[in-house]
This record gives sequence, C-alpha cells and structure tokens, in this order.
Amino acid sequence: MKSGDVIPQLIWQFLALSLIAIGGANAVLPEMHRQVVDVSHWMNGAEFATLFAIAQAAPGPNVLIVSLVGWKVAGVPGALAATAAMCGPSSVLAFYVGRLSQRFREAPLRRVIQDGLAPITIGIVLASGYLLARGADETWAAAALTALTVLVVCNTRFNPLWLLAGGALLGVAGVVPF
Amino acid sequence: MTDPGVQPEAAGTPAATRKSVTRRDLFFAFLGVGLSGFGGVLPWARRMLVEQKGWLSEKEFTEALSLGQIIPGPNIVNLSIMVGARFQGAAGALLAFSGLMLAPLVIVLVLGALHEQYGQIDWVRRAIGGVAAVAAGLVIGTGFKMAMAQRRALWPVAIAVAAFVGAGVLRFPLIAVLLVLAPVGIAIAWKFRA
Repeated sequence: MKSGDVIPQLIWQFLALSLIAIGGANAVLPEMHRQVVDVSHWMNGAEFATLFAIAQAAPGPNVLIVSLVGWKVAGVPGALAATAAMCGPSSVLAFYVGRLSQRFREAPLRRVIQDGLAPITIGIVLASGYLLARGADETWAAAALTALTVLVVCNTRFNPLWLLAGGALLGVAGVVPF
Repeated sequence: MTDPGVQPEAAGTPAATRKSVTRRDLFFAFLGVGLSGFGGVLPWARRMLVEQKGWLSEKEFTEALSLGQIIPGPNIVNLSIMVGARFQGAAGALLAFSGLMLAPLVIVLVLGALHEQYGQIDWVRRAIGGVAAVAAGLVIGTGFKMAMAQRRALWPVAIAVAAFVGAGVLRFPLIAVLLVLAPVGIAIAWKFRA
C-alpha cells in the first residue's frame, strides 16, 4: 500500500487526532492504534508495536510514532505528511496561546493560572520519569544507575550525553540487563 | 521563606530580550536539543533554554511547559513553538519547530529502515536498556530541578504529589488528571494569590 492516494487519508486522520492529543501523541495511542490497525488495516498490531518501540528508542519527541506510521504506509512523503498533520493544528493553537500569555504576562489571572498549573506539570514530569524507571529498571544495577543519574542531574551541570553513553556501555557489557 | 535562587521581582521579566535571540540561534539550538534527546527531549530542552542559553528563567520554563501541557499536541513541540514565537514571531516558531524535529525524524526513519532490513540486534537492544535507565534518571532529575525553583509552600507540593500519583501510580489518562487537578490548582492559587 505505497500509493499516493493514501496520503490524503493519512493527513485527514492525523489532523483529527492533533487537537485531541492533550498530553502528546502517547495520549492518543489507543485511538491511533484503533484507526491504523482496526479501521484502515494499514498494518497489524505487532507491526504497530514495533514502530512504537523504534520511536521510543530514537531521540526526539514521542510524536515520532506518527512519522513512522506515515512512513510505513506511504514512505518518506507519508512520514512528512503525517508529522505535519499531527503537529499543525496543535502548533497553531500553541502559537496563539503563547502570544496571549505573553500579552497578559502581568495580569493577575494569568499568574494565578500559571501558579496553579506549575505543580501539576512538575508532578506529571516526575510521573513520566517514574514510569520510565519502572520500565527500565528491572535490576538493582539499573535502578542504581537511574538514582545516580538523578543525583548528578540535580547537583551538577555535567553533560548528560556522557551519562547516556555510559549507560549504553554498561548495557552492552551486560551490567544493566534489559 | 527566602530562597536565594529565585527573585520574585525578576520572575515577570523575560530572561532574554527579543532582539538577542536570532532565527538562526533558534534553529540551531533546537536542532541540538532534538539531536541529543535520546530517551526524552525534556531534560535537554530545559538544559539548553535555562542553563546554557538563559533564554528563559527557571520559572518561565515551567510556565511555558505548563501551557504546552494543557493544550493538545506534544508538550515539547508546543514549547518550541512558543519559545520561537516569543523571540522571532511566526518565522521563529517554524524554525524552532523544524530544528527540533529535523534530526529525530531522519534518525527514526533510518532506524525504521534498518529494523526492516536487519531485525533486532542483541547488543543494540542491551545498549538501549542501559540508555533507558539513564534516561529515566534524567527526567526525574529535571522534575526535581523544576520543583526547586518554585515558591516554597505546602499546597503546590500537595498538588504535585496528586498529579504524580494520578498519572504515575494510578495511571489515569493525562487528560483526566488535568481536568480534575487544573481547576483545583487554579482555585487554590487564586485563594493564595499575592
């Protein structure tokens, strides 16, 4: 199914998902799975899961799963079309919300809204870190590596790339079994 | 309580001025964030914007991320749009977004093609396991750093814990967590407003 006429279909599906994806692409993963696998029959469930794993392994935002779905269905043009469709409407919204927030930066209500939302954002960041750790830390060695990273990040400005490289080496050496 | 790290007077002023950040700066800075974002972009975005470039203060970063969180779309993509727009308008937003997405898009498509060709190689899988353990620590550390920059009071801690338990432990959908906690948080913030 690598023909050009699926691209409009891809665009339409991801445009529709864009504005309901509160929390990012992972928030609409079940709906995306339903449309891609059950409704459009573009791939089977195992293929979808594999694409998700690849998207997780790559650097970048979790929206990359959308790029891979587009690629699987219609090659590189499909990847670009799906990514643009998924990010387009929400980005336009972000643009205007950001501008609005800047314009009212001294308004008491804006400050109150931001003060009320900030702790939720922090809680969600910590929750996603916790969920990542639950998935990654199946051994004490891996958990210790996670804890060490937290300490280094909190207390130094050490470039995390070295930590990631160290983690990769320990993984290859079998110290941190997956 | 006094906190030498946060100056309340300065909290409303932008950390960097409009003129000082060029379109080229935006593109390449976000390109760097996208390139190094193995296991999550958030720690890298905060490091670049707050620690390295100083384009946003710690508080401004949390504010922009909060907005990015409650509107639809990936929060980091929304953050790049808002930061780009703030310094260079629509062109800046487009450049920051393109910079952020370019490298990851190329890499993920190459990975997808390699996977189709060679399947999964064992040592690659193990390396990803090690990277994942570090990546989790990066995200947790980033959350703690963001928390340290907040005003010290009991209610934000309670709200943050509730969000953590709801999204992390009970695994409620994010939209449910936001729908319940956002009105509560805003109402309490209103009650305790300065």
